[in-house]
Amino acid sequence: MFSNILSSLESPKMKFNAVLIVKINVFSMLFFLYPLDLSNAFAEIQPASANSYPLTRESQHANIAVASNFIKPMQQLKALFEANTPHTIRVSYSSSGKLFAQIINGAPFDIFLSADQVKPDALIKRGKASAHARFTYAQGTLILWSSKTSLVNNSPDVLYDNKFRKVALANPKFAPYGQAAVDVLNHLVLLEKTKPKWVMGESISQTYQFVATGNADIGFISFSQKPAHGSYWLIPEDFYKPIKQDAVLLKNGEKNTVALAFFQFLKSNEAKNIIQLHHYNVD
Amino acid sequence: MGLTDSDINAIWLTIKLAFTVTIILLIIGTPIAIWLAKTKSWLRGPINAIVALPLVLPPTVLGFYLLIAMGPNGPIGQLTEQLGVGLLPFTFWGLVIGSLFYSLPFVVQPIQNAVEAIGQKPLEAAATLHSQPMDTFFHVIVPLAKPGFISAAILGFAHTVGEFGIVLMIGGNIPMETKVVSIQIYDQVEALEYAGAHRLSAIMLGFSFIALLLLYSFQKRGLATKFRIGR
Repeated sequence: MFSNILSSLESPKMKFNAVLIVKINVFSMLFFLYPLDLSNAFAEIQPASANSYPLTRESQHANIAVASNFIKPMQQLKALFEANTPHTIRVSYSSSGKLFAQIINGAPFDIFLSADQVKPDALIKRGKASAHARFTYAQGTLILWSSKTSLVNNSPDVLYDNKFRKVALANPKFAPYGQAAVDVLNHLVLLEKTKPKWVMGESISQTYQFVATGNADIGFISFSQKPAHGSYWLIPEDFYKPIKQDAVLLKNGEKNTVALAFFQFLKSNEAKNIIQLHHYNVD
Repeated sequence: MGLTDSDINAIWLTIKLAFTVTIILLIIGTPIAIWLAKTKSWLRGPINAIVALPLVLPPTVLGFYLLIAMGPNGPIGQLTEQLGVGLLPFTFWGLVIGSLFYSLPFVVQPIQNAVEAIGQKPLEAAATLHSQPMDTFFHVIVPLAKPGFISAAILGFAHTVGEFGIVLMIGGNIPMETKVVSIQIYDQVEALEYAGAHRLSAIMLGFSFIALLLLYSFQKRGLATKFRIGR
């Protein structure tokens, strides 16, 4: 059937087939996703129904945009928040840059947890977020990690000894963890020497992926991403500018009770404990 | 137009990649296409399906498998290490391999359709004149299936230029090596440099339109010869 897609380019008679097949594809995708959607919805409903609150009201939801380095703590924060309140939240993970572009183009997010301070600033300037509802929810910690045991012995020696083929870092042009990695290499006076061996991830998640699959021997990742295996160097914090991550309440969320509740929750000691457990610093 | 050096490097690299991939695909895609067009083997179905897989698979699946397969623990990675060429991810040739998979159906299928349209008669006529297989290929199949070959080249080239997901996953964003136009645009959007992204996006839009326009206007002219012969 799919070979028709291209043959349809050949024969005008079959031109409509291509459209049809694309449609069938979309439908079949929806079909496959449908049960997943259901199970997700069910999982979200459970804590709320346990508290017997009405679910149908629109205001019972908040949409939260979260930078991808914060996935692990966010999953726990979501679980705790939903267990303790009748509310449910929907979380979208992506790079801060993409989320920013979506927000200024009208994406229906209520809260934005950025990986930096630049984008929340820009949103406030553009009138998309309120200046008084903004705070630093986490400060990131950078490590140099390898999926091989004993390649990085809690020191920068591997960088000095040049015993690696590729070093992965997030793109410093826009990723705060990438900029921090550049600060560290600058501090070690290794910036120019290592540059030919750089591979850049579009986000800290992809940087992790490059190292985890062994395609890059070492890489600069967030401490919160570190799995149990491999070896790492916990980089002294004065080697790089603090990675302050700010949260803002977006215009959309100003009248959303769930968004306001989650924003408050993020400042609570319970939330801070979770964030700290994932190796972020909190004020 | 206010293009930066980095933009121009990306454009040049993209053209180099698309050109390399198109040439290689025409060479390896043609025998596959001709075999698929003529064979009555039970393998026809499975091979057709494998060739068409990149049409339906998300590039993330291809990219993810390639990243693992070409890595130090993957079969391709172990082979390339033993051959002494190192690992392929984050290199130009790594992108070429990824693109070969990604653009394969766009080259094989137009050729296959064109060869099927020729039918058996011209080939049988050639055989009765004791034409050798290579002679038949160059003097019968190639001239008669020419529109298919040209469609294949245009589509293979244009589709490789439009590649994004796989490059993102196995490229590593290295200037002059793996940073193609689509990645450069993505970077600019991420860095909030929307003016730069607009410029390159407009160029991509123009290029893609012209490529497809060429394809369709060419096919209109080619149709008469192609569909009458052999039927």
